[in-house]
Amino acid sequence: MDTQTLIYIFVGLTFALYIGIAIWSRAGSTSEYYVAGGGVHPIANGMATGADWMSAASFISMAGIISFIGRDGAVYLMGWTGGYVLLAMCLAPYLRKFGKFTVPEFIGERYYSQAARVVAVVCVIFISFTYVAGQMRGVGIVFSRYLEVDINAGVLIGMAIVFFYAVLGGMKGITYTQVAQYCVMIFAYMIPAIYISMLITGNPIPQLGFGGTLSGSDTYLLDKLNGLSQELGFSQYTGGSKSTVDMFFITMALMVGTAGLPHVIVRFFTVPKVSDARKSAGYALLFIAILYTTAPAVASFARVNLLETVSEAEYQELPDWFESWENAGLLAWKDKNADGKIQYQAGKPFEGKPAFDSEARGASEERLVTNQATDNGNELYVDRDIMVLANPEIAQLPGWVVALMAAGGLAAALSTAAGLLLVISTSISHDLLKSNIMPNIDEKKELLAARLAAAAAICVAGYFGINPPGFVAQVVAFAFGLAASSFFPAILMGIFYKKMNKEGAIAGMVSGLVFTFAYIIYFKFVNPAANTADNWFFGISPEGIGTLGMLLNFVVAIAVSKVTAPPPEHIQHLVEDIRVPRGAGAPVADH
Amino acid sequence: MSNKKQAAQAYWKENLKLLLTLLVVWFAVSYGCGILFVDALDAIKIGGFPLGFWFAQQGSIYTFVILIFVYTARMNTLDRKYDVHEE
Repeated sequence: MDTQTLIYIFVGLTFALYIGIAIWSRAGSTSEYYVAGGGVHPIANGMATGADWMSAASFISMAGIISFIGRDGAVYLMGWTGGYVLLAMCLAPYLRKFGKFTVPEFIGERYYSQAARVVAVVCVIFISFTYVAGQMRGVGIVFSRYLEVDINAGVLIGMAIVFFYAVLGGMKGITYTQVAQYCVMIFAYMIPAIYISMLITGNPIPQLGFGGTLSGSDTYLLDKLNGLSQELGFSQYTGGSKSTVDMFFITMALMVGTAGLPHVIVRFFTVPKVSDARKSAGYALLFIAILYTTAPAVASFARVNLLETVSEAEYQELPDWFESWENAGLLAWKDKNADGKIQYQAGKPFEGKPAFDSEARGASEERLVTNQATDNGNELYVDRDIMVLANPEIAQLPGWVVALMAAGGLAAALSTAAGLLLVISTSISHDLLKSNIMPNIDEKKELLAARLAAAAAICVAGYFGINPPGFVAQVVAFAFGLAASSFFPAILMGIFYKKMNKEGAIAGMVSGLVFTFAYIIYFKFVNPAANTADNWFFGISPEGIGTLGMLLNFVVAIAVSKVTAPPPEHIQHLVEDIRVPRGAGAPVADH
Repeated sequence: MSNKKQAAQAYWKENLKLLLTLLVVWFAVSYGCGILFVDALDAIKIGGFPLGFWFAQQGSIYTFVILIFVYTARMNTLDRKYDVHEE
C-alpha cells in the first residue's frame, strides 16, 4: 500500500474513534458538560491534560525550534513543564475543594464581586481565543501537508470534527477523546524518535542516546554538534545566546502562565477528590514529560543529521527527502556562488519566506527562489517544522510511520482546540449568561446555551484559522503573559492570603494586566523596530514581561489590601474551608 | 481557641513547610542549575552531557515529576495524621 493510502486509513480510523467516543459519552447535564460530572479517574485526567496541553506547536514545532537555538530552548522545556509543580502544589487541590465549574467563578466568589468575575471572564475569552486561532491553523497545515487538500478545506474538516465532540459531549466527550488522542500522539512521536536515536547513536532510548556517542565512533553527539556549529559560524549548541536575565524571566513567565491558563486549571475540576487532583497533576506532568524530554533529543539528532547531510554537499547528490520537502516549500536553496554545492552557515539566506518561481529550475535542477539574496554566505532556507516532520523519511521508516505522524499531529491540534473551545463556551454560558444576564434560566436552557456558545466559538476559531491574523505567532506570548500577570496571583493570594480583599485583588489584576499588555503591544505592534535588548526594561523581552507583571500584581494587591477594609468574615471561613481536603463533593452550580 | 481550629492551623503550617521545601528544590534545580549557574556546571561532564545543559533540557523535567509525586505522598500522610482526609 502506498503511503498516501495509509495516511487516509490512519487518519480516518482515528477520526472514527473520536466520533465513536463522542457519541458514547455525550453530556446530559451542565455538570457533565462543564466538568465531566466530576468523575474522571486521575490517570485518565492526566492523559487528557497532557493532550489538552500539548498542541500542534509542541508536537510539530518545539523540537525544531530547539534544534535552531540549542540550549536556549530550555526556556520552553522548563517553562512548559515547571508550571505543573505550581499547579499541583498551589492551585489544583484547593480549586478542586472549592468545587465549582470555572476559574472566573472562583475569582467572583472568593473576592465577593461580580466585577472581578467579569474581569476574569474577559481575560479567559481573550487568552483562549488567542490560543485557539493558532491551533485551527495547525489543523489546516497538517491536513494540507499530509492529505493533499487545501488548507481551508483542512480547517473546515477539523472544525466539523471538533464540533461533533465538543458540542455533543462537552467536557465529558472531550476528556475521553483526549485520552485517545494522547495515546495516538505519543505513539506517533516516540516511534520515529526511537528509530532515529538507534540510527544515529545506537541507543534505543532517545533521552540517553542524546548524551551518548555517535554510532561507529567515540565522539559524543553533543561535542560533534558543537564542533559542526562552530565551524559553520553558528553559536555553540550547548551554549546559550540569550542573556541570563531574559532566560530567567521568560522561563518564569511560561511556568506561571502555564499554571494560570484556564483550560489547564479547569481539567482539575473533573476528578472526584482533592487527593486525586494532586495525583492527576503528577500523572499529567509524567505524560507530558515523555514528549518533552524526547523533544530536545530529537532536536539534536535532527540538527546533526541536517548539518552533515547538506553542508558542502552537491545538490544533485542529496537524498530524496530533500527534494520532497523542497517541493513542499519547507526547504529552499539559492546557489549564490553558483558552485552547485550547498553552503549552510549562520544568517538568513534571503529575506522572508521563500517565494518560488513556479516550476522553473536552476542550473542544478533546484527550485528557483525569487527572493532578494542577502549578502552573507548562507544559501539554505530551512523551515523549523521540518525537523520533526521529515524525521521518518530521514530515518527511512516505512509508510505507516509517516501516516502515524499525520494522525499524531492532528490529534495534538484537535485536542488542544477542543479544550480551549470548551473553556470559551463555559465562560459565556455559565459566567456571563447564567451569572450576570439571565440568572433564572434553568439547567436545560443553560446546557443549550453552552452548546450554542461552543458552536459559535468553533466558527470564530475556524474563521481565524482560514484568515489568520498575521500576528498569531506573536500573540502566543500574550496568552502566557496575561495568564501569569492576572490569574495566577489572584488565585494564589485567594488561597494563601486570607486577608486579601476585593479591592486589592481587582487593583492587582488590572495593573498586572495593563502593564503586561501595554509592554507587549508597544514592542510587538506599535514600535517593533525598538524591540531590542537595549530598549527593554532591565533587559526583559516581551516574552518574559509577564513575570514582572505578576510581581507588580502582587505588590499592588498587597498594598491596596492594607489600606482598605478586610474581607468579610464568611469569606475568611471559605478560605479556611478550601484549605482542608475533607468534604469535597461533586462540583455544583451556584445559586 | 477550639481544638479543631488549632488542629486546622497546625495542619496548614505543616502543609506550608512541605510546600516551601519542595519549591526550594524546584527553584534550585530549574532556575539554579538550569539558568543561573548553568555555565559553571557545564564545566562538569556526565557522559556526553555538559551538566548545566543536562539540567536545563532534561534533569529539571525529571525533578519536576518526582517533586509532584513526593508532594502527593506526603500530603496524603499529612491528611491522615490530622484526620482531614476524604473518605
